[in-house]
Amino acid sequence: MAKTKPSRRDFLVKMARNASLATASGSLWAYLLQQQAHANNLIIRPPGALQEKDFNAACIKCGQCVTDCPYDTLKLATAHDSVPIGTPFFEPRKIPCYMCKDIPCMNACPTGALSHDLKRIEDSRMGLAVIDMENCISYLGLRCEICHRVCPMQNSAITIEHHPRKTSKHSMFIPIVHSEDCTGCGVCVEACPTDEPAIKIVRADMVQGKVGEHYRLGWKNNGEITQDFKAPKRKEMEEDKPASGLDYFNQGESE
Amino acid sequence: MNSDSIQNPPTDRIKLGPNDKPVRPFIMPESLWGKLKVWRFIIYRRIVQLGTLLLFFGSAHWGWKLFDAPILRGNLSSSEFLGFIPLADPFATLQIFFAGHILHKDVLIGAAIVSVIYLLLGARVWCSWICPINMVTDLAGWIRKKLQIKDTFKLRRKLRYVILGLSLIVTWLMGVAAFEWISPISIFHRELIFGIGTGWIAILAIFLFDLFVLKHGWCGHLCPLGAFYSMLGKVAAPLRISFDTPTCTHCVECVLVCPEPQVLDFKLAGGRHMISSSECTNCGRCITVCPEDTLKYSFINIRQKYTSDTSTKQTITPRRTT
Repeated sequence: MAKTKPSRRDFLVKMARNASLATASGSLWAYLLQQQAHANNLIIRPPGALQEKDFNAACIKCGQCVTDCPYDTLKLATAHDSVPIGTPFFEPRKIPCYMCKDIPCMNACPTGALSHDLKRIEDSRMGLAVIDMENCISYLGLRCEICHRVCPMQNSAITIEHHPRKTSKHSMFIPIVHSEDCTGCGVCVEACPTDEPAIKIVRADMVQGKVGEHYRLGWKNNGEITQDFKAPKRKEMEEDKPASGLDYFNQGESE
Repeated sequence: MNSDSIQNPPTDRIKLGPNDKPVRPFIMPESLWGKLKVWRFIIYRRIVQLGTLLLFFGSAHWGWKLFDAPILRGNLSSSEFLGFIPLADPFATLQIFFAGHILHKDVLIGAAIVSVIYLLLGARVWCSWICPINMVTDLAGWIRKKLQIKDTFKLRRKLRYVILGLSLIVTWLMGVAAFEWISPISIFHRELIFGIGTGWIAILAIFLFDLFVLKHGWCGHLCPLGAFYSMLGKVAAPLRISFDTPTCTHCVECVLVCPEPQVLDFKLAGGRHMISSSECTNCGRCITVCPEDTLKYSFINIRQKYTSDTSTKQTITPRRTT
């Protein structure tokens, strides 16, 4: 070690050089992460998954949820999928989530990226089914209702409304999705008979708006509107039930 | 340890080691049995590496079970052994902690179990006995030796500790586990078990880097996971290569095959009677090429080491030739 004593200037230059190298490579690294970890908002995650940002932070990419899924629904993203690498997701059109009662995927998660707070699979919100009204054959006037019949949340997540049709005496049977019950399992997506499914699962925050608390819906009598005004109570069931034909014809006749 | 005999040129043509015994080169035996004996630790390591991989793969795809539970469910980042023993990569867990996530107890217990296992063995036993990338880099190293390819440039081996520190800083700033998102180890292992995507590109990159650019480039200079286990190994890790000082002739056959040759510091090893650096991966290459049987696997009480040998702190680089 018979070198000449390094000057303070050399030392400082060397320090600055190393620090710059570290900062530059660190920034590049951070940039790559930014690109990857926030690449796609359209991913359908397993039940119980945290919000996307927290999920990406928490997932250790071990695939235990994938191994425990009895239907091979879940997959781990490879670099080929446009999903953050190594994280679990599923494609409902290929294999949907069949909503196991014991939620094995969630219980397998070691890190809590699939939050163990979910107690009933019916409360999971993997996404929300959205219907393309232009290409749904029910909306086009054909009888279908497959999504309604395969839905595991029977007659609550998807209901059928009857609409009169202008040119014919037959009704249209229109499927309607209700966000308060839809888990986003995607069974309807798999079953949809159109070439490209007319019903799709998307993350609820991608399609749902928010009303805002200052809108007062006066005709809804399930809450106080102002301190001094209360909506008159209605007997909803009786009002909504269509009157029978006999009653209609006999109205005003009796007594 | 006297080094006079090295400094004084030997009188006749036979070179003498510091113990005044002739320096004998390592000669590869002619017989297959002899060759297998030399390669025995490489064979054992491949069995352990591929066996681990097979247990993961079998549990995931063929439903391998023991006592009615999947044998090894998950992958090397985190898994469950026999359905109730959690295991987790402590470095991945540390990164998730730095990313600001409040960890579930399973992964914490798992990381603790894995840390204790490596503390009871050697820390970098992971690198040469379990890590799947080791097979790729070993292959690159072997071809490199056959083709006698020279390094394109040099890097410092301490660089991996810088990358380790940087990974934790970037993790903390970005809120996602920085190394886990690009780790070729995780990508390779995951894709072998859960389906091949384009992760092989990362493996190809490492293979080519190790083959043409820098000898032991990835494992020896860059990998922050290896650096993490080296640091863990400073705490305990009693499985070491013992060094039988009087028999060593400084023939440096071990240095020539070692993937981390800086650990074979004869002066330090001579004083402590073992390879004390935690950068040693316990791969066992040096043991089988040593013509004098100086080196052996041993379990060593390292507390004793640090009390008895505080004087031999200075390091010298191993002599290649005299």
